[in-house]
Amino acid sequence: MDGAFVGTTFWRLMAALPLTLEVWFLSVVLGGLIAAGVVWMRVGGSKPLEILARAYVALFRGTPLLIQLFIVYYGLASLPAVRHSLFWPILREPFNCGVLALGLCTAGYQAEIFRGALLAVPHGAVEAARACGMSRLLLFRRIVFPIALRAGLPAYSTEMISMVKATALVSLITLWDVMSVALKIRNDTLVTYLPLILAGAIYFTVNYILGAAFLSLERRLSPHLRPRPS
Amino acid sequence: MGSRLWKSVALGASVAAALAMAPAAFAKEWKTVVIGMEGGYDPWNLTDSSGKIVGFEVDLANDLCKRAGVECKIIAQDWDGMIPGLKAGKFDVIMDGMSITEERQKEIDFSKPYAAPPAAFMAAKDSDVAKALGAGKVVNAAKDPKAGAAAVKAIQAALKGKTIGVQSSTTHANFANKYLKDVATIKEYKTTDDRDLDLKAGRIDVGLDDYPTIASTLDKPDAKDFTIVGPEFIGDVFGVGEGMGLRKSDADLTAKFNKAIAAAFADGSIKKYSLKWFKIDTTP
Amino acid sequence: MDIFGIFGFGEGGWGLALLAGALMTLLVSACGLLIGAVIGSLVAWARLSGHRLAGAAGEAYAALFRGLPELLVVYFVYFGSSTLLTTVAGLVGYDGFVGVPSFVAGALAVGVISGSYQAEVFRAAFLAIAKGELEAAVSVGMDRWLLFRRIIAPQVLRFALPGLGNLWQVALKDSSLISVTGLTELMRVSQVGAASTHQPFAFYLGGLVLYLAMTLVTTRLFDLAEARATRGMRRIAG
Repeated sequence: MDGAFVGTTFWRLMAALPLTLEVWFLSVVLGGLIAAGVVWMRVGGSKPLEILARAYVALFRGTPLLIQLFIVYYGLASLPAVRHSLFWPILREPFNCGVLALGLCTAGYQAEIFRGALLAVPHGAVEAARACGMSRLLLFRRIVFPIALRAGLPAYSTEMISMVKATALVSLITLWDVMSVALKIRNDTLVTYLPLILAGAIYFTVNYILGAAFLSLERRLSPHLRPRPS
Repeated sequence: MGSRLWKSVALGASVAAALAMAPAAFAKEWKTVVIGMEGGYDPWNLTDSSGKIVGFEVDLANDLCKRAGVECKIIAQDWDGMIPGLKAGKFDVIMDGMSITEERQKEIDFSKPYAAPPAAFMAAKDSDVAKALGAGKVVNAAKDPKAGAAAVKAIQAALKGKTIGVQSSTTHANFANKYLKDVATIKEYKTTDDRDLDLKAGRIDVGLDDYPTIASTLDKPDAKDFTIVGPEFIGDVFGVGEGMGLRKSDADLTAKFNKAIAAAFADGSIKKYSLKWFKIDTTP
Repeated sequence: MDIFGIFGFGEGGWGLALLAGALMTLLVSACGLLIGAVIGSLVAWARLSGHRLAGAAGEAYAALFRGLPELLVVYFVYFGSSTLLTTVAGLVGYDGFVGVPSFVAGALAVGVISGSYQAEVFRAAFLAIAKGELEAAVSVGMDRWLLFRRIIAPQVLRFALPGLGNLWQVALKDSSLISVTGLTELMRVSQVGAASTHQPFAFYLGGLVLYLAMTLVTTRLFDLAEARATRGMRRIAG
């Protein structure tokens, strides 16, 4: 094993990083949107919708992502009805399927985080706001949202990092993310550890930056927890 | 203080001695040999519902071990853990339809090849590709480079603008990347089954794999619309074939198995297993 | 072969193999969660101890194993530990491979990952104990051990239960990645079955159902435990 091999391996892995980040970003955004809908169903007051939301969360949080990916990419495509539908041009592409599967999965987790954050808003605060005559929108904008955001942020940051790691499974559906490239180099050359260590370093760095960014956001949003100026 | 220092010196010396003796340990008598297989690579090796591993390589392994005078134990190992398992010593031999390539020989040793099945293309019976390429016939690029080059040309013409699926990190992937990169889209899959699913779903037009693997896919009822098309390749990037993977430090074991493989070729045993599991003779 | 044949328990049926795989998944995840609890409480203690070096080490551990893809951790734990053990055994004169059994390696991998998350759960649970209670306990003359046993431990467990329930689910699913160790847990049985019979959907759907059943049943158990542990607490919202 020589320096040149380390160098070329590293740059081949880095070349795959944009795809990893794209899948991550798009699936997180998609998941957030779905999660908002699921939470709305869950706390909206309609019993059937609530059951549906609960089932969604249980299904996507309760089964391995690997199987979910498999079913979204290979499973849907095996149904002639899907292949002849309007959605086939979208579902045909592995990239879209990856974003969809990861988005569906993280939506289950994000929905629970949103719900937990909503529960963290003290009743008293809501009552006080109502007593002042705040409209529903104003109440959400000025009271519920800021408090829930702060309460949900730590869990949300963990979920974001989990999603970066989850993208490492998309090699199953022929996408060339960092992990797929690392596994390929490993299979081609049979060098056991080096590609994995380099890939690990890349994932770790990305997650470290992400974690630090969320931490600084958390500090900014919690001025009341900062030490008193002396 | 003095005695503690003395103790650590003694410890260091014994460690050094142990290290010095380590090479001697490799010249051990081979009594039992552990063989690692994936257990899910039909028909090379597969698992039945009782958890038993069967297949071409199982029959072959039992035969070769008898000839080499060693007791063999076969264990199942996921492919991703195969090479580290060999290097760490979890098993001594890999048999998993593993192609012998120069790049891999830098890391591990290979026995002489025990199979060299032709590579074959698979496509839908009514597809353009099938019409353009027609039914298959074997082309040995190693023996007849001219015929090989002509066959490659024909494939390039037939696959223009198409999508071809191969299992990642195989000689088939190497072939696709060498000859079809500019004319066709190449998709690499973790397993052959994933590739076959995408072929049936229409995401890819052609699959390229070794003949036995394709034949076992076509054997299933849901593959009745598909068939083998075009030339069946031997040689060129497909190399010398599939062999046992061993640690570089176990040259004695490699030699033992090479002798056993030669003997099993000589008396027709390997051909027998090949016909039983692959339906064709794949002896190199 | 039709679907009943595949999942049946008779000749050529994979029902028994799948169930055995599910049992193995439960076992290895449970052991992983326990190992994770030990690691997690050590790391949480290190971070809360106020000791600079211990705190930094705890933080580094948590950051490292929460930042690496689970699959990589599984690789490193499994092959790293075997290579290490074999080397050490070689040094003391034992010749040959000393394998960490796949089960132990799998549980260890799940535990190492789970521990990095459990540390945070335990730490948060400890911080959720009202300061006044600790002060009150000290002022009535409790010694450290009694304080831990009567005040800290019961409350940490109570506050940590919801978090642990989540991590149990995570452990169950992380265990699906340890098939690389060759342990025949549910995912490995599904993969091998899919490849050996060329019936991937049947096997992955079967796996999906079994995983779902396991999480649903065990989540229910955690809910019951939580209800019991918090029966003395006032609730604001369900």
